Amino acid sequence: MNTLTPSEYLPENTSDTTRLTRNFRAEKFDFWSFFFSGLTGLATLFILGILATILLNIIVNGWGAISWHFVSTIPKKDFFDANTTGVLPMIVGTSFRVIVMTIFVIPVGVITAIYLTEYASHTSILTRIIRAAVNNLAGVPSIVFGLFGLGFFINFIGKNMDDLLHHPNAVWGQPALIWASLTLAVMTLPVVIVATEESLKAIPPGLREASLALGATKLETILKIVLPQALPGIMTGGILAVSRAAGEVAPILFTGVAYYMASLPAHLSDQFMDLGYHIFVLSTQSPNIEQTRPILYATVLVLLMLTFALNIVAILIRARVRKKLRALG
Amino acid sequence: MAETLIAPTPVNAVSTASSLIEIENVSLYYGATKALKNISVKLEEKLVTAFIGPSGCGKSTLLRCLNRMNDLIDNVRIEGSMKIGGHDIYAADVDVIELRKRVGMVFQKSNPFPKSIYENVAYGLRLHGVKAKSELDARIEESLRNSALWEEVKDRLHSSALGLSGGQQQRLCIARAIAIKPEIILMDEPASALDPIATARVEDLILDLKKEFTIVIVTHNMQQAARISDQTAFFYLGELIEFGATGKIFTNPAQKRTEDYVSGRFG
Repeated sequence: MNTLTPSEYLPENTSDTTRLTRNFRAEKFDFWSFFFSGLTGLATLFILGILATILLNIIVNGWGAISWHFVSTIPKKDFFDANTTGVLPMIVGTSFRVIVMTIFVIPVGVITAIYLTEYASHTSILTRIIRAAVNNLAGVPSIVFGLFGLGFFINFIGKNMDDLLHHPNAVWGQPALIWASLTLAVMTLPVVIVATEESLKAIPPGLREASLALGATKLETILKIVLPQALPGIMTGGILAVSRAAGEVAPILFTGVAYYMASLPAHLSDQFMDLGYHIFVLSTQSPNIEQTRPILYATVLVLLMLTFALNIVAILIRARVRKKLRALG
Repeated sequence: MAETLIAPTPVNAVSTASSLIEIENVSLYYGATKALKNISVKLEEKLVTAFIGPSGCGKSTLLRCLNRMNDLIDNVRIEGSMKIGGHDIYAADVDVIELRKRVGMVFQKSNPFPKSIYENVAYGLRLHGVKAKSELDARIEESLRNSALWEEVKDRLHSSALGLSGGQQQRLCIARAIAIKPEIILMDEPASALDPIATARVEDLILDLKKEFTIVIVTHNMQQAARISDQTAFFYLGELIEFGATGKIFTNPAQKRTEDYVSGRFG
């Protein structure tokens, strides 16, 4: 007999032999893989659960108190009465401050990002200091921005404007919509700068070179080739900034928000009522908690819907820009 | 290191008067690294000159000196003199925009703008003051015809350039470069990312363009250099090893290293 059995021609190590003959079937249950896929799935479900609980709670409790009267009425001084109150000035005030903030933060943030990515030397000390400052700015607590706004915008810039313009009474040197918006703009600046920088970096260097090689100046290249491509990314920065700013209360506390105003804000130097601050007032100042609870929920719901609405508008515009960029340019 | 260079022997140019491109004793430093070492070479009008050599030998760097694209890189220092049409292009009063208008460039990776085919070609024209629609239309058609792309794109001029194939995109980049009527076209491995058929079309195009333009092309493809160029310069480690008529470089080089490289023994 010349035929060899496997034990004769394979190495002596029997586990090798079994591995070769095993037919690719898992030998034992892989506990750790199962455990980790389960854990990550549970964590995701947990987050979704929290979000769903919050939203459902607000919608279920708030929906009943929302009416056309509620969103279109300027309330009397006693705004804790569920039957007569309204949130129109708060909707107007919050929208107004977010829009004014966007008008300031987008140009400043975009120009800063253009400087950092297109002009500044990436290794210079100055660039590194600016970058570190931007990152630190993102970590400053919002109440500190509020105090900064009070000290810098109102007490320094506002007071000096009043002096220069010879206003006998304080016009600019007091809390106002413009100062609250500017404070929020400073707070959201890092968001816009980082988002714009990322979108600028994502543009292939070949496009810039092609433009320069055709005899375009750096400015022409940035305006005609780079910025149109970066537009969706810049808008993402804007959306993030709006989302962050819409619900913030601390930065506007000292810089422009009012407990009560009988009329809508009409001028940048006016104070304004705000949904976020109004939620704080309703939940802490009410003489009758039971009576105020439905309008508190409803106000929260209005704030959520307003934030969603602002976001959806921005996302729709961005989608249109993207589509246009993809189709042509 | 005292190897004397072979005197340039252009095929069909009389090398008496000043050449179109005169590079004299040019050295280039990236920080402390010397990337180009005392390069001297003269390139004649309406010839195709190929720069060959292994990666990192400085051929692209030298090419990018000719339209001052190296200005964009930090820490680059250039010594020596580089003249185009007798004018020092690194003189203090040189308008880089005007230089780049006269010295066009086609890149290794085709880089059409994410715009329509029409707008890609119109971009350079508009930069240099062509505004009238009729003139734009005419110049765009002319450039697309001269880059052998017109027949393929004439019915979709206003659709995105990104929808073109790789070879078509590269020919569009050539159309874009020739639209502003440069005198010199620099090509940095223009066909290295293309398939053999698209490469052949680009090579035909280069031979066609030679009638009107002076072309300097960097290539890794020996056969390509042999097929399309009149003169060839071989670079190695930042030095110009040999420069001469392409036929001579490929069949009877004076330097051992050139022979080793063109015959594929190294590089």
